[in-house]
Amino acid sequence: MQDFSFLTTWVDNSLRSIMPGWLSVTVECLLIGVGLLLVYALLALFYIYYERKLCAAFQCRLGPNRVGPWGLLQSFADMFKMLIKEIIRLNHIDRFLFALAPYLVIIASMLAFAVLPWGKGLQIIDFNIGIFFLIAVSSIGVLGILLAGWSSNNKFTLIGSLRSGAQMVSYELSIGLSVITMVCLAGTMSVEGIVNEQADLWFIFKGHVPALVAFVIYMIAGTAETNRGPFDLPEAESELTAGYHTEYSGMHFGFFYLAEYLNLFIVSGVASLLFLGGWMPLHIPGWEAFNHIMDFIPSVVWFIGKAILLSFVIIWFKWTYPRLRIDQLLALEWKYLLPINLVNLVLMVLIIVNNWHF
Amino acid sequence: MITSAIFGIENNGLLALTALLTGVALVFLALWIAKLISPRSFNPQKGEAYECGIPTRGESMSQFKVGYYLFAILFLMFDVETVFLFPWAVRMRELGTDGLLSIAVFFGVLVLGLVYAWRKGALEWK
Repeated sequence: MQDFSFLTTWVDNSLRSIMPGWLSVTVECLLIGVGLLLVYALLALFYIYYERKLCAAFQCRLGPNRVGPWGLLQSFADMFKMLIKEIIRLNHIDRFLFALAPYLVIIASMLAFAVLPWGKGLQIIDFNIGIFFLIAVSSIGVLGILLAGWSSNNKFTLIGSLRSGAQMVSYELSIGLSVITMVCLAGTMSVEGIVNEQADLWFIFKGHVPALVAFVIYMIAGTAETNRGPFDLPEAESELTAGYHTEYSGMHFGFFYLAEYLNLFIVSGVASLLFLGGWMPLHIPGWEAFNHIMDFIPSVVWFIGKAILLSFVIIWFKWTYPRLRIDQLLALEWKYLLPINLVNLVLMVLIIVNNWHF
Repeated sequence: MITSAIFGIENNGLLALTALLTGVALVFLALWIAKLISPRSFNPQKGEAYECGIPTRGESMSQFKVGYYLFAILFLMFDVETVFLFPWAVRMRELGTDGLLSIAVFFGVLVLGLVYAWRKGALEWK
């Protein structure tokens, strides 16, 4: 397995040989920041193109095909258009909170982004409570959305943000409980540790039935968490114009758009971390030659590939199912997913205690 | 458990701060660029709240349905539960039967709470 830590160690050593320690740490932090920013922006651009092409395919259309070859430059054009739009100054808003909301939304997704297992030796933030940290920071996003809706001083945005808040906090429970189910199996909360635990077999195979149930629940709750798919009633355009970001214009709106796509990536990334081994290649015990061949594919490709594949499923949800009503949405979470999840957790505990897992 | 910290930086707080500042920098820089290249025009109608072209009536930051508040409280109960379950989940194998029994009592009380809320009709959206 290609280990990327040789690269970072080499950079670290060469920086330390020409400058004092504190300066090299600063330069390294800057490098991490620039790297994060680049990957963040590129993934957002890719996801906008990906979703538009996929939704076109689901509806038997062509999708963007004018700007650049196969419409590849379409999302660059979109981004540029967003930048040159005027940011309107509104009269009756709470200016401070209105300006703060995009910061919170972006910070939440950026912090979660930095916890993801990008590859062997490319783990950026690695707390020993990594996955817990991830859940904690991603819930900052709810605050941003609630603030956006409240500070805009508009009825559409208020209703949109309240719906979004109720939906996101409700489905956060399902996410938390599925994560606990997998933490039980892993025995660690560190992201690096969870990936290493899956070296012989991915958790979705290792934990068979409960892992599979947790995976399905995680994907449903993750879709709701990103306000997408059949759960997009916070911004139900036919009744609420655009939900919580109705009053945002230009790049201000762009941040919510950006964070939505990045959250899609983060949710699929976490699903691939917990269930499909993060950057760990597909290993099957006993198949030595097969495992060896799989090791030749770089870990970054494994991680991003899995995440993009799972995003395909979430986008598929969005273009297949009709939108739920708010009572159906809350009933689905509190009367179905939550009890199933609790039973599933008990089942997982039984399986671990009796050593029935692989 | 940490096998290879990136750039040999062991201080995760510093890395988290880096990510946080990166987020702030992204918003700040993009807004700055947008300010530089976007047009500015004034129109008295422009600053009004969006409401299908008619002036807004009444206060918007007003009362809202109490149902949202109820779900927030229920969420609080179960979120605290997950916070308590996490440390146990990590040490589950070491704690053995004792840990299992004590968490089962805790778990049972919470399930009773859910059942109570359900029976009381707190989960209905009316």
